[in-house]
Amino acid sequence: MKSKSSWGRNFFIGLMLLFMYAPIIIMIIYSFNASKTMANWGGFSLKWYEALFSDRDIMAALEVTVTVAVLSSITATFIGTAAAIGIHSMKRRWRNAMMYCSNIPVINPDIVTGVSLMFAFSLLAVPQGYTRLLLAHITFNIPYVILSVMPRLRQTSNSLYEAALDLGAKPSVALRKVILPQIMPGVISGAILAFTLSIDDFVISFFSQQGAQNLSIYIYSLARRGINPKINALSALMFVTVMSLLLTVNFLGGKSSPEARKKRAQKKEARIARKAGTFVMEEN
Amino acid sequence: MKRKYFAIPYAVWMLVLIIAPMILIMMYAFTGQADGAFTLDNIKEALNPVYMKVLLRSLELAVISTVICLFLGYPIAYFLSRMPARRAAILSMLFIVPMWMNFLLRTYAWMNILDTNGLINQLLVALDLGRVKLMNTQGAVVVGMVYNYLPFMILPIYNILQKMPKESIEAAQDLGSTDRQVFTKVVFPLSIPGVISGITMVFIPTITTFAISRLLGGSQFMLYGDLIENQFLSVGQANGGWHVGAALSFIMMVLVFICMAIANHFDKGEENGGTMI
Amino acid sequence: MKKIALLLTAVLLAVALVGCTGGGGVEKTMSLYVLNWGDYIDEEILEAFRKEYSYIDVHYDTMTSNEEMIIRLQSTDSIYDLCFPSDYIITKLIKQGLLAEVDTSRLTNYGNIDKRFLSLEFDPENRYSVPYHWGTVGILYNTTMVDEPVNSWDILWNEKYDDQIYMYDSVRDSMMVALTKLGYSSNTTDEAQILEAEALLKQQKPLVAAYGTDDLRDRMISGSGALAVTYSGDAYAAVIENPDLDFAVPDEGSNIWFDNMIIPKSSKNVDAAYLFIDYLLRADVAAANASYIGYSTPNKAAMELLDAEMLENDVFNPSQDTIDRCNAFVDLGEAEKLYHSAWTRLKAE
Repeated sequence: MKSKSSWGRNFFIGLMLLFMYAPIIIMIIYSFNASKTMANWGGFSLKWYEALFSDRDIMAALEVTVTVAVLSSITATFIGTAAAIGIHSMKRRWRNAMMYCSNIPVINPDIVTGVSLMFAFSLLAVPQGYTRLLLAHITFNIPYVILSVMPRLRQTSNSLYEAALDLGAKPSVALRKVILPQIMPGVISGAILAFTLSIDDFVISFFSQQGAQNLSIYIYSLARRGINPKINALSALMFVTVMSLLLTVNFLGGKSSPEARKKRAQKKEARIARKAGTFVMEEN
Repeated sequence: MKRKYFAIPYAVWMLVLIIAPMILIMMYAFTGQADGAFTLDNIKEALNPVYMKVLLRSLELAVISTVICLFLGYPIAYFLSRMPARRAAILSMLFIVPMWMNFLLRTYAWMNILDTNGLINQLLVALDLGRVKLMNTQGAVVVGMVYNYLPFMILPIYNILQKMPKESIEAAQDLGSTDRQVFTKVVFPLSIPGVISGITMVFIPTITTFAISRLLGGSQFMLYGDLIENQFLSVGQANGGWHVGAALSFIMMVLVFICMAIANHFDKGEENGGTMI
Repeated sequence: MKKIALLLTAVLLAVALVGCTGGGGVEKTMSLYVLNWGDYIDEEILEAFRKEYSYIDVHYDTMTSNEEMIIRLQSTDSIYDLCFPSDYIITKLIKQGLLAEVDTSRLTNYGNIDKRFLSLEFDPENRYSVPYHWGTVGILYNTTMVDEPVNSWDILWNEKYDDQIYMYDSVRDSMMVALTKLGYSSNTTDEAQILEAEALLKQQKPLVAAYGTDDLRDRMISGSGALAVTYSGDAYAAVIENPDLDFAVPDEGSNIWFDNMIIPKSSKNVDAAYLFIDYLLRADVAAANASYIGYSTPNKAAMELLDAEMLENDVFNPSQDTIDRCNAFVDLGEAEKLYHSAWTRLKAE
């Protein structure tokens, strides 16, 4: 009975994984097809990869995508983390008001955010192109950083911070040595979230500016012209990169069960507290 | 320096690039092209029967896609949550990996499969069954949406099911409940906040998507996102497109905020921020 | 934690890699923002220009319709330095004062242009525009699927070809088809006629497989449709790849268009724009470009370099008879709104 149901369950999960991966695998296979159409198999070929690497526009778009993702996620992480710390220490009324406004881009459909930014950029005469793209990405990234830092801030024990202050640490030092280490996991996951959102975004980039082409915009203009084996090659490369990144991380990260992770986190918190304590002693 | 001042840079940023832009949308929505005076003409234009039809079609496709995502995503999340932790971690990771690829590449992937000369039709022709029309249909758009947003449904539900105390399930079993009763009386009610957040995460992007309908729907039937895009990129500023486009965006915004209010009503739980990681 | 740190390191490494490959080479002292139609230049020519003028940083954007193009140029903060719109759009741009005057003395290859294509109605004194290519609109069809002669727009309403008809996803071109079929001018400003054309297109919609733009050529090449409304150059390129295809300009008449190079007044890189225009006017470049994209060229010196075979091709080099049947679009002024709302209604239904 039990094994039968688990067979059904595995079958279902397998089927769903097939649904998720079949399109990708098909793209990968066809990226090696020498013929341009899918209608026939023209033999194995790497020519689409050559075409891809010699296509300046794709390479330029890749550069735009990656640099915007890095710059916007780093900037958003700094502004967002500071903002979260600030908002957290505000009175309830202000805190709610800030969070409410901050969540607007999270809730709003992308198209509305994109259009609204276009209006604002054009009113403020922000230079077209890259500057706008970067500002737009920072804008929609910050709220996500705040959302992932906030829960951590709520978990931090204020007593530790106050203890540091009582022991004579300056607020800035206490903040750096006590609060920051505790919220670090939230900060990092916020940064990663911002990075992925930036890489993935199409609609806001498309509406908020013109002149800067990221991968999404470029692929859109190619895909509108129909099936293009160059896109298949690009997808294959993207997929392999992502997959190998994740596998490496998983492999190097070792086997860790949630319980082990929790224990490690506890140990770490104790360590931070100890470090803060010793630091404060030294300061004295 | 007081800690609350840390929020000042963001407060300024927010004022200029979040709040002011929202006000600009409303300004454009409620003023005329010629004189800039207050008017309801744009809103009236945006609410005309033809556009309402588009809105209804978008809602219909979004509801269909969300329901399909729920029916596929819930069992996946449920099965994952009942697996050994390590296996569940790997499998849930596998469901997220495609999300790390670009949104347009994920959509484009289906063009290869559904095209008149795509994989499915080639198989059908090889089997002598003739071609079917898959591309440029509403079905293709739904497939594209489900494919793109399914992980957004799985994750929040999986997160909540995974955190569910094993004791409550065991207690119910000890009290003689059948598996089915345990599910309907204990597991499902406890997982509702995850379901709600999954539904909003799928529903909102699907009502306003425009790239998917363009690439997989062949521009045959407009969706609400296309309508907005059309006002900005085809009708244009000179023909009053910014004003009508702003009015359409404003209506969409109101609609989404209503949906969120309803969702919040059902889900008093905490914010589900970084569920993607 | 550790995993995340590793991931971050990996990402940063990747960025560093991209940065390295991106950098290097000649320092870019000039920029050039080009806005063109999709598939409207031989990529090798673009590449060659980038090599020859390696100090110019060329940004190349594509659009799929005249309407999209003009909107980008009208926007108060347009960044483009060079654009390739059609005749009626140029009229509009001139009226709105958005174009910079072209100093033809700065174009060493200006003399290559056939006088026939200068001083046309939209820019009688050639003050704002330099001819790029020209062509017609017609029906590209697959001879293995269509067995009757294609000489009228009526065939696009024939139920026999249900789901095998592709229309062009652009207001003026699709309305032109309906208006011409009805016997009206494709430049009509009469609301009743526009509504009639809209009704006709609505009636046709169930038969239409898709409204497309640059994708139509590939779709027709791969044999996924029987009939498509396309521009002559797309048709020329498609017939080469799939000999089953043929192109016809219907007897009722059609549209003839002239795409021109223009420099927006707002351009900040006028010098680079002149360099690119002059490059495209070079006889050998224009010839290579024309034979690649398949559109007729107004460049006389380039025509002399082309194969006889190409010059005899009626799609590439339409006969006087065909040209006489066709009309150019003119700017509709206020009536344009009627076209836009008709089109939006059609697409929304």
